[in-house]
Amino acid sequence: MEKARKLRILVAKPGLDGHDRGARIVARAFRDAGFEVVYTGCHQTPEQIVSTAIQEDVDMIGLSILSGAHTYSFPRVLDLLKDNNAQDISVVGGGIFPLEDVPKLKEIGIKEIFEPGARLKDIIDWVNSNIMPRRGVVLKK
Amino acid sequence: MDIIEQIVSGDVRTIARILRDIDDEIPSAKNVLQELYPHTGKAYVVGFTGSPGVGKSALVDQITGAYRKAEKTVGILAVDPTSPFTGGAILGDRIRMQRHFLDPGVFIRSLATRGHFGGLSKSTNDMVNVLDAAGKDVIIVETVGVGQDEVEIVNSAHTTILVTVPGMGDDIQAIKAGIMEIGNIFVVNKADREGSRKTVRELMNLIELDARRHNGEDWEPQIVETVAIKGRGIEDLYEAIEKHRAYLLATHSGKWRKILEKRARIQLMGVLKDQAFRTILERVEGRGDSLDEMVRKIVDKESDPYTIVHRIIDKEFK
Repeated sequence: MEKARKLRILVAKPGLDGHDRGARIVARAFRDAGFEVVYTGCHQTPEQIVSTAIQEDVDMIGLSILSGAHTYSFPRVLDLLKDNNAQDISVVGGGIFPLEDVPKLKEIGIKEIFEPGARLKDIIDWVNSNIMPRRGVVLKK
Repeated sequence: MDIIEQIVSGDVRTIARILRDIDDEIPSAKNVLQELYPHTGKAYVVGFTGSPGVGKSALVDQITGAYRKAEKTVGILAVDPTSPFTGGAILGDRIRMQRHFLDPGVFIRSLATRGHFGGLSKSTNDMVNVLDAAGKDVIIVETVGVGQDEVEIVNSAHTTILVTVPGMGDDIQAIKAGIMEIGNIFVVNKADREGSRKTVRELMNLIELDARRHNGEDWEPQIVETVAIKGRGIEDLYEAIEKHRAYLLATHSGKWRKILEKRARIQLMGVLKDQAFRTILERVEGRGDSLDEMVRKIVDKESDPYTIVHRIIDKEFK
Protein backbone atom coordinates (compact mmCIF):
# COMPACT_ATOMS: atom_id res chain seq x y z
CA MET A 1 0.00 0.00 0.00
CA GLU A 2 2.85 2.33 -0.83
CA LYS A 3 1.74 5.81 -1.78
CA ALA A 4 3.38 7.87 -4.49
CA ARG A 5 6.09 10.08 -3.07
CA LYS A 6 5.41 13.75 -3.01
CA LEU A 7 7.69 16.06 -4.93
CA ARG A 8 9.45 18.65 -2.79
CA ILE A 9 10.81 21.81 -4.41
CA LEU A 10 12.78 24.75 -3.05
CA VAL A 11 12.04 28.13 -4.62
CA ALA A 12 14.70 30.68 -3.73
CA LYS A 13 16.04 34.01 -4.88
CA PRO A 14 19.81 34.34 -4.69
CA GLY A 15 21.47 37.70 -4.38
CA LEU A 16 20.41 41.25 -3.85
CA ASP A 17 17.40 41.76 -6.05
CA GLY A 18 14.16 42.05 -4.13
CA HIS A 19 11.56 41.40 -6.77
CA ASP A 20 9.98 38.08 -5.90
CA ARG A 21 6.63 38.45 -7.65
CA GLY A 22 7.62 35.92 -10.30
CA ALA A 23 9.04 33.49 -7.76
CA ARG A 24 5.88 33.69 -5.70
CA ILE A 25 3.66 33.03 -8.69
CA VAL A 26 5.73 30.00 -9.66
CA ALA A 27 5.70 28.78 -6.04
CA ARG A 28 1.94 29.11 -5.99
CA ALA A 29 1.62 27.25 -9.30
CA PHE A 30 3.79 24.44 -7.91
CA ARG A 31 1.53 24.26 -4.89
CA ASP A 32 -1.50 23.97 -7.13
CA ALA A 33 0.28 21.22 -9.07
CA GLY A 34 0.40 19.22 -5.82
CA PHE A 35 4.06 19.78 -4.91
CA GLU A 36 5.38 20.74 -1.49
CA VAL A 37 7.16 24.05 -1.99
CA VAL A 38 9.70 25.36 0.47
CA TYR A 39 9.82 29.10 -0.05
CA THR A 40 12.65 31.09 1.51
CA GLY A 41 12.19 34.52 -0.04
CA CYS A 42 14.78 37.02 -1.25
CA HIS A 43 18.42 37.76 -0.54
CA GLN A 44 19.62 34.19 -0.16
CA THR A 45 23.29 33.28 -0.48
CA PRO A 46 24.15 30.12 -2.42
CA GLU A 47 25.34 28.66 0.90
CA GLN A 48 21.93 29.26 2.51
CA ILE A 49 20.13 27.83 -0.50
CA VAL A 50 22.13 24.61 -0.54
CA SER A 51 21.91 24.16 3.22
CA THR A 52 18.12 24.56 3.01
CA ALA A 53 17.83 22.19 0.05
CA ILE A 54 19.68 19.48 1.96
CA GLN A 55 17.85 19.90 5.27
CA GLU A 56 14.49 19.96 3.48
CA ASP A 57 15.47 17.04 1.24
CA VAL A 58 14.05 18.64 -1.90
CA ASP A 59 14.15 17.04 -5.35
CA MET A 60 14.69 20.31 -7.20
CA ILE A 61 15.88 23.86 -6.58
CA GLY A 62 14.21 26.62 -8.60
CA LEU A 63 16.39 29.74 -8.63
CA SER A 64 14.71 32.98 -9.59
CA ILE A 65 16.99 35.80 -10.64
CA LEU A 66 16.56 39.10 -12.40
CA SER A 67 19.74 40.90 -11.41
CA GLY A 68 22.26 39.38 -13.79
CA ALA A 69 24.19 37.73 -10.95
CA HIS A 70 23.43 34.25 -12.30
CA THR A 71 26.96 33.94 -13.67
CA TYR A 72 28.15 33.83 -10.07
CA SER A 73 25.30 32.32 -8.10
CA PHE A 74 24.24 29.46 -10.40
CA PRO A 75 27.69 27.82 -10.66
CA ARG A 76 28.23 28.42 -6.95
CA VAL A 77 25.02 26.55 -6.04
CA LEU A 78 26.07 23.64 -8.27
CA ASP A 79 29.55 23.57 -6.72
CA LEU A 80 28.17 23.56 -3.19
CA LEU A 81 25.77 20.73 -4.04
CA LYS A 82 28.72 18.76 -5.33
CA ASP A 83 30.75 19.54 -2.18
CA ASN A 84 27.90 18.16 -0.11
CA ASN A 85 27.48 15.06 -2.23
CA ALA A 86 24.05 16.27 -3.29
CA GLN A 87 24.35 16.50 -7.07
CA ASP A 88 21.17 14.44 -7.32
CA ILE A 89 19.21 17.59 -6.48
CA SER A 90 18.31 19.20 -9.85
CA VAL A 91 18.69 22.94 -10.34
CA VAL A 92 16.62 25.04 -12.73
CA GLY A 93 16.56 28.78 -13.28
CA GLY A 94 13.89 31.33 -14.03
CA GLY A 95 14.09 35.03 -14.74
CA ILE A 96 16.02 37.27 -17.09
CA PHE A 97 19.18 36.01 -18.78
CA PRO A 98 21.19 37.26 -21.75
CA LEU A 99 20.54 34.82 -24.60
CA GLU A 100 24.17 33.82 -24.87
CA ASP A 101 24.30 32.78 -21.21
CA VAL A 102 21.57 30.14 -21.47
CA PRO A 103 23.65 27.44 -23.22
CA LYS A 104 26.55 28.13 -20.84
CA LEU A 105 24.32 27.61 -17.81
CA LYS A 106 22.97 24.38 -19.22
CA GLU A 107 26.49 23.23 -19.97
CA ILE A 108 27.58 23.57 -16.34
CA GLY A 109 24.59 21.52 -15.19
CA ILE A 110 21.52 23.76 -14.83
CA LYS A 111 18.77 21.44 -16.02
CA GLU A 112 16.51 24.05 -17.62
CA ILE A 113 16.11 27.81 -17.93
CA PHE A 114 12.68 29.43 -18.00
CA GLU A 115 12.70 32.88 -19.50
CA PRO A 116 10.07 35.64 -19.43
CA GLY A 117 7.00 34.40 -21.27
CA ALA A 118 7.39 30.80 -20.07
CA ARG A 119 3.92 29.53 -19.31
CA LEU A 120 3.18 28.11 -15.87
CA LYS A 121 1.66 25.02 -17.44
CA ASP A 122 4.82 24.38 -19.45
CA ILE A 123 7.00 24.76 -16.36
CA ILE A 124 4.86 22.29 -14.42
CA ASP A 125 4.76 19.83 -17.32
CA TRP A 126 8.53 20.05 -17.54
CA VAL A 127 8.87 19.33 -13.80
CA ASN A 128 6.44 16.42 -13.97
CA SER A 129 8.32 14.76 -16.80
CA ASN A 130 11.89 15.54 -15.73
CA ILE A 131 12.01 15.52 -11.93
CA MET A 132 11.35 12.28 -10.08
CA PRO A 133 10.95 12.09 -6.32
CA ARG A 134 14.09 10.45 -5.06
CA ARG A 135 14.38 6.91 -3.74
CA GLY A 136 14.75 5.96 -0.08
CA VAL A 137 17.59 6.76 2.29
CA VAL A 138 21.07 5.87 1.02
CA LEU A 139 24.18 4.73 2.79
CA LYS A 140 27.42 6.66 2.79
CA LYS A 141 30.12 4.96 0.78
CA MET B 1 28.54 2.79 8.60
CA ASP B 2 24.88 1.99 8.75
CA ILE B 3 21.90 4.32 8.67
CA ILE B 4 21.46 4.29 12.45
CA GLU B 5 25.06 5.31 13.05
CA GLN B 6 24.80 8.01 10.42
CA ILE B 7 21.73 9.46 12.11
CA VAL B 8 23.05 9.18 15.66
CA SER B 9 26.30 10.86 14.58
CA GLY B 10 24.25 13.74 13.20
CA ASP B 11 24.80 13.32 9.44
CA VAL B 12 22.53 16.00 7.99
CA ARG B 13 21.80 14.35 4.64
CA THR B 14 20.81 11.03 6.22
CA ILE B 15 18.62 12.73 8.80
CA ALA B 16 16.93 14.82 6.11
CA ARG B 17 16.27 11.76 4.00
CA ILE B 18 14.93 9.53 6.73
CA LEU B 19 12.51 12.31 7.67
CA ARG B 20 11.28 12.24 4.08
CA ASP B 21 10.88 8.45 4.19
CA ILE B 22 8.83 8.78 7.37
CA ASP B 23 6.64 11.48 5.83
CA ASP B 24 6.13 9.40 2.69
CA GLU B 25 5.28 6.34 4.81
CA ILE B 26 7.99 4.17 3.29
CA PRO B 27 7.77 0.82 5.16
CA SER B 28 11.54 0.58 5.77
CA ALA B 29 11.40 3.81 7.77
CA LYS B 30 9.58 1.90 10.52
CA ASN B 31 12.60 -0.39 10.97
CA VAL B 32 14.89 2.62 11.28
CA LEU B 33 12.57 4.15 13.88
CA GLN B 34 12.62 0.88 15.79
CA GLU B 35 16.39 0.84 15.94
CA LEU B 36 16.61 4.54 16.76
CA TYR B 37 14.23 4.29 19.69
CA PRO B 38 16.87 3.28 22.29
CA HIS B 39 18.74 6.48 21.38
CA THR B 40 15.75 8.73 22.14
CA GLY B 41 14.64 10.40 25.35
CA LYS B 42 17.36 12.98 25.83
CA ALA B 43 15.92 15.99 24.02
CA TYR B 44 13.63 18.61 25.51
CA VAL B 45 10.63 19.32 23.28
CA VAL B 46 9.08 22.78 23.18
CA GLY B 47 5.86 23.40 21.23
CA PHE B 48 4.68 26.74 19.81
CA THR B 49 1.04 27.05 18.81
CA GLY B 50 -1.46 29.84 18.10
CA SER B 51 -3.51 31.46 15.36
CA PRO B 52 -2.03 32.24 11.93
CA GLY B 53 0.06 35.40 11.89
CA VAL B 54 0.64 35.82 15.63
CA GLY B 55 4.40 35.43 15.16
CA LYS B 56 5.13 31.80 15.93
CA SER B 57 7.94 31.49 13.40
CA ALA B 58 9.56 34.73 14.52
CA LEU B 59 9.45 33.53 18.14
CA VAL B 60 10.91 30.15 17.17
CA ASP B 61 13.72 32.03 15.42
CA GLN B 62 14.39 34.14 18.53
CA ILE B 63 14.22 31.32 21.07
CA THR B 64 16.51 29.26 18.84
CA GLY B 65 18.99 32.12 19.09
CA ALA B 66 18.66 32.05 22.89
CA TYR B 67 19.30 28.29 23.05
CA ARG B 68 22.28 28.61 20.71
CA LYS B 69 23.71 31.28 23.02
CA ALA B 70 23.37 28.72 25.82
CA GLU B 71 25.29 26.32 23.54
CA LYS B 72 22.41 23.93 23.03
CA THR B 73 21.81 22.35 19.63
CA VAL B 74 18.35 22.85 18.19
CA GLY B 75 16.07 20.89 15.86
CA ILE B 76 13.05 22.69 14.42
CA LEU B 77 9.97 21.09 12.89
CA ALA B 78 7.66 23.72 11.40
CA VAL B 79 4.27 22.63 10.10
CA ASP B 80 2.30 24.45 7.40
CA PRO B 81 -1.03 23.42 5.86
CA THR B 82 -1.52 21.17 2.85
CA SER B 83 -4.13 22.20 0.30
CA PRO B 84 -7.18 19.95 0.66
CA PHE B 85 -7.78 20.28 -3.08
CA THR B 86 -4.40 19.73 -4.73
CA GLY B 87 -2.31 18.13 -1.98
CA GLY B 88 0.30 20.82 -2.52
CA ALA B 89 1.69 23.17 0.10
CA ILE B 90 3.70 26.34 0.51
CA LEU B 91 6.12 25.90 3.37
CA GLY B 92 7.22 29.37 4.40
CA ASP B 93 8.14 29.19 8.07
CA ARG B 94 11.86 29.17 7.28
CA ILE B 95 11.72 32.73 5.96
CA ARG B 96 11.80 33.98 9.55
CA MET B 97 14.69 31.73 10.52
CA GLN B 98 17.30 32.66 7.90
CA ARG B 99 20.05 33.61 10.30
CA HIS B 100 20.24 29.99 11.46
CA PHE B 101 20.58 28.47 7.97
CA LEU B 102 24.35 28.15 8.13
CA ASP B 103 24.61 27.17 11.77
CA PRO B 104 25.50 23.45 11.96
CA GLY B 105 23.95 23.41 15.44
CA VAL B 106 20.49 24.06 13.99
CA PHE B 107 18.46 21.71 11.79
CA ILE B 108 15.23 23.08 10.32
CA ARG B 109 12.61 21.01 8.55
CA SER B 110 9.35 22.30 7.08
CA LEU B 111 6.43 19.87 7.11
CA ALA B 112 3.04 19.89 5.47
CA THR B 113 -0.01 18.58 7.34
CA ARG B 114 -0.86 16.21 4.45
CA GLY B 115 -4.48 15.99 5.49
CA HIS B 116 -3.81 15.37 9.17
CA PHE B 117 -5.88 17.35 11.65
CA GLY B 118 -4.77 18.43 15.07
CA GLY B 119 -2.17 21.07 14.19
CA LEU B 120 0.69 18.71 13.34
CA SER B 121 1.48 16.23 10.57
CA LYS B 122 0.94 12.54 11.17
CA SER B 123 4.71 12.11 11.03
CA THR B 124 5.65 14.78 13.57
CA ASN B 125 6.16 12.55 16.61
CA ASP B 126 8.34 10.11 14.68
CA MET B 127 10.38 13.03 13.35
CA VAL B 128 10.86 14.35 16.89
CA ASN B 129 12.28 10.93 17.75
CA VAL B 130 14.75 11.08 14.86
CA LEU B 131 16.04 14.54 15.83
CA ASP B 132 16.20 13.38 19.45
CA ALA B 133 18.29 10.35 18.48
CA ALA B 134 20.44 12.62 16.30
CA GLY B 135 21.47 14.41 19.48
CA LYS B 136 19.58 17.70 19.31
CA ASP B 137 19.35 19.13 22.83
CA VAL B 138 16.17 21.06 22.20
CA ILE B 139 13.49 20.28 19.63
CA ILE B 140 11.06 23.03 18.75
CA VAL B 141 7.78 22.10 17.12
CA GLU B 142 5.78 24.86 15.47
CA THR B 143 2.18 23.92 14.69
CA VAL B 144 0.14 25.19 11.78
CA GLY B 145 -1.82 28.31 12.56
CA VAL B 146 -4.57 26.85 14.70
CA GLY B 147 -8.12 27.78 15.58
CA GLN B 148 -9.70 26.31 18.62
CA ASP B 149 -9.35 22.60 18.83
CA GLU B 150 -6.01 21.62 17.33
CA VAL B 151 -4.41 20.65 20.60
CA GLU B 152 -2.32 17.65 19.57
CA ILE B 153 0.89 19.53 20.38
CA VAL B 154 0.42 18.87 24.13
CA ASN B 155 1.12 15.21 23.48
CA SER B 156 4.36 15.94 21.63
CA ALA B 157 5.85 18.77 23.65
CA HIS B 158 7.13 18.88 27.21
CA THR B 159 6.42 22.60 27.35
CA THR B 160 3.57 24.01 25.27
CA ILE B 161 3.57 27.72 24.47
CA LEU B 162 0.41 29.39 23.26
CA VAL B 163 1.08 32.58 21.31
CA THR B 164 -1.49 35.33 21.01
CA VAL B 165 -1.46 39.05 20.18
CA PRO B 166 -3.21 42.13 21.59
CA GLY B 167 -6.65 42.86 20.29
CA MET B 168 -7.87 39.32 20.23
CA GLY B 169 -9.63 39.91 23.53
CA ASP B 170 -13.06 38.88 22.41
CA ASP B 171 -11.62 35.82 20.77
CA ILE B 172 -9.94 34.85 23.99
CA GLN B 173 -13.28 34.80 25.70
CA ALA B 174 -14.82 32.84 22.87
CA ILE B 175 -12.16 30.18 22.61
CA LYS B 176 -11.71 29.36 26.28
CA ALA B 177 -12.27 25.66 25.85
CA GLY B 178 -9.69 23.79 23.84
CA ILE B 179 -6.69 25.73 22.67
CA MET B 180 -6.59 28.22 25.55
CA GLU B 181 -6.42 25.37 28.03
CA ILE B 182 -3.20 23.85 26.79
CA GLY B 183 -0.59 26.52 27.38
CA ASN B 184 2.06 26.04 30.03
CA ILE B 185 3.28 29.45 28.96
CA PHE B 186 1.25 32.19 27.27
CA VAL B 187 3.05 34.66 25.04
CA VAL B 188 1.51 37.98 24.13
CA ASN B 189 3.55 38.79 21.04
CA LYS B 190 3.55 42.16 19.23
CA ALA B 191 3.29 43.61 22.75
CA ASP B 192 4.26 47.07 21.47
CA ARG B 193 0.76 47.31 20.06
CA GLU B 194 -2.09 48.95 21.87
CA GLY B 195 -4.03 46.72 24.25
CA SER B 196 -1.19 44.46 25.32
CA ARG B 197 -1.79 45.02 29.03
CA LYS B 198 -5.48 44.30 28.55
CA THR B 199 -4.70 41.00 26.85
CA VAL B 200 -2.34 40.08 29.69
CA ARG B 201 -5.06 40.85 32.24
CA GLU B 202 -7.55 38.70 30.37
CA LEU B 203 -5.08 35.86 30.28
CA MET B 204 -4.54 36.25 34.04
CA ASN B 205 -8.28 35.86 34.57
CA LEU B 206 -8.29 32.82 32.36
CA ILE B 207 -5.43 31.22 34.25
CA GLU B 208 -7.19 31.83 37.54
CA LEU B 209 -10.13 29.80 36.32
CA ASP B 210 -7.91 27.16 34.71
CA ALA B 211 -9.47 23.74 35.18
CA ARG B 212 -6.08 22.04 35.37
CA ARG B 213 -5.37 23.72 38.69
CA HIS B 214 -8.57 22.36 40.11
CA ASN B 215 -7.37 18.93 39.04
CA GLY B 216 -4.39 19.10 41.36
CA GLU B 217 -1.85 20.53 38.92
CA ASP B 218 0.21 23.14 40.67
CA TRP B 219 2.02 24.75 37.73
CA GLU B 220 0.89 28.33 37.35
CA PRO B 221 1.00 29.15 33.63
CA GLN B 222 3.38 32.01 32.93
CA ILE B 223 2.51 35.02 30.82
CA VAL B 224 5.28 36.66 28.81
CA GLU B 225 5.08 39.79 26.66
CA THR B 226 7.33 39.80 23.60
CA VAL B 227 8.07 41.74 20.44
CA ALA B 228 9.63 38.90 18.49
CA ILE B 229 10.91 40.81 15.46
CA LYS B 230 12.74 43.24 17.75
CA GLY B 231 13.98 40.48 20.05
CA ARG B 232 12.19 41.94 23.07
CA GLY B 233 11.02 39.68 25.91
CA ILE B 234 12.95 36.69 24.61
CA GLU B 235 15.02 36.32 27.78
CA ASP B 236 11.81 36.27 29.81
CA LEU B 237 10.40 33.58 27.53
CA TYR B 238 13.60 31.55 27.80
CA GLU B 239 13.45 31.77 31.58
CA ALA B 240 9.79 30.76 31.62
CA ILE B 241 10.55 27.65 29.54
CA GLU B 242 13.47 26.72 31.78
CA LYS B 243 11.31 27.28 34.85
CA HIS B 244 8.69 24.90 33.48
CA ARG B 245 11.36 22.37 32.60
CA ALA B 246 12.74 22.56 36.16
CA TYR B 247 9.21 22.14 37.49
CA LEU B 248 8.68 18.98 35.44
CA LEU B 249 12.07 17.54 36.27
CA ALA B 250 11.92 18.26 40.00
CA THR B 251 13.01 15.06 41.66
CA HIS B 252 10.41 12.89 43.38
CA SER B 253 7.54 14.90 41.95
CA GLY B 254 6.76 12.11 39.49
CA LYS B 255 5.70 14.68 36.90
CA TRP B 256 8.34 13.82 34.35
CA ARG B 257 7.48 10.14 34.54
CA LYS B 258 3.80 10.99 34.10
CA ILE B 259 4.53 12.99 30.93
CA LEU B 260 6.65 10.18 29.51
CA GLU B 261 3.90 7.67 30.22
CA LYS B 262 1.29 9.89 28.59
CA ARG B 263 3.40 10.36 25.46
CA ALA B 264 4.26 6.66 25.26
CA ARG B 265 0.60 5.72 25.58
CA ILE B 266 -0.47 8.11 22.85
CA GLN B 267 2.31 7.02 20.54
CA LEU B 268 1.48 3.37 21.16
CA MET B 269 -2.18 4.00 20.32
CA GLY B 270 -1.21 5.90 17.19
CA VAL B 271 1.09 3.18 15.88
CA LEU B 272 -1.41 0.45 16.78
CA LYS B 273 -4.24 2.22 14.97
CA ASP B 274 -2.07 2.90 11.94
CA GLN B 275 -0.63 -0.61 11.66
CA ALA B 276 -3.92 -2.36 12.39
CA PHE B 277 -5.65 -0.30 9.73
CA ARG B 278 -2.94 -0.97 7.14
CA THR B 279 -2.85 -4.69 7.93
CA ILE B 280 -6.59 -5.14 7.72
CA LEU B 281 -6.82 -3.11 4.53
CA GLU B 282 -4.02 -5.13 2.94
CA ARG B 283 -5.79 -8.40 3.83
CA VAL B 284 -9.12 -7.15 2.54
CA GLU B 285 -7.52 -6.16 -0.73
CA GLY B 286 -5.48 -9.36 -0.76
CA ARG B 287 -8.66 -11.41 -0.59
CA GLY B 288 -9.86 -9.58 -3.65
CA ASP B 289 -12.69 -7.83 -1.84
CA SER B 290 -13.11 -4.64 -3.75
CA LEU B 291 -13.40 -1.40 -1.82
CA ASP B 292 -15.17 0.10 -4.82
CA GLU B 293 -17.78 -2.65 -4.58
CA MET B 294 -18.30 -1.88 -0.88
CA VAL B 295 -18.71 1.78 -1.69
CA ARG B 296 -21.22 0.92 -4.41
CA LYS B 297 -23.25 -1.19 -1.97
CA ILE B 298 -23.36 1.64 0.54
CA VAL B 299 -24.39 4.22 -2.04
CA ASP B 300 -27.05 1.90 -3.49
CA LYS B 301 -28.30 1.20 0.03
CA GLU B 302 -27.70 -2.53 -0.34
CA SER B 303 -25.58 -2.33 2.79
CA ASP B 304 -24.14 0.24 5.19
CA PRO B 305 -20.66 1.09 6.52
CA TYR B 306 -21.41 -0.43 9.93
CA THR B 307 -22.41 -3.84 8.61
CA ILE B 308 -19.48 -4.00 6.19
CA VAL B 309 -16.87 -3.08 8.81
CA HIS B 310 -18.45 -5.51 11.28
CA ARG B 311 -18.05 -8.31 8.73
CA ILE B 312 -14.43 -7.38 7.97
CA ILE B 313 -13.48 -7.33 11.63
CA ASP B 314 -15.34 -10.59 12.29
CA LYS B 315 -13.43 -12.30 9.48
CA GLU B 316 -10.06 -11.06 10.74
CA PHE B 317 -10.40 -11.87 14.40
CA LYS B 318 -12.33 -15.12 14.56
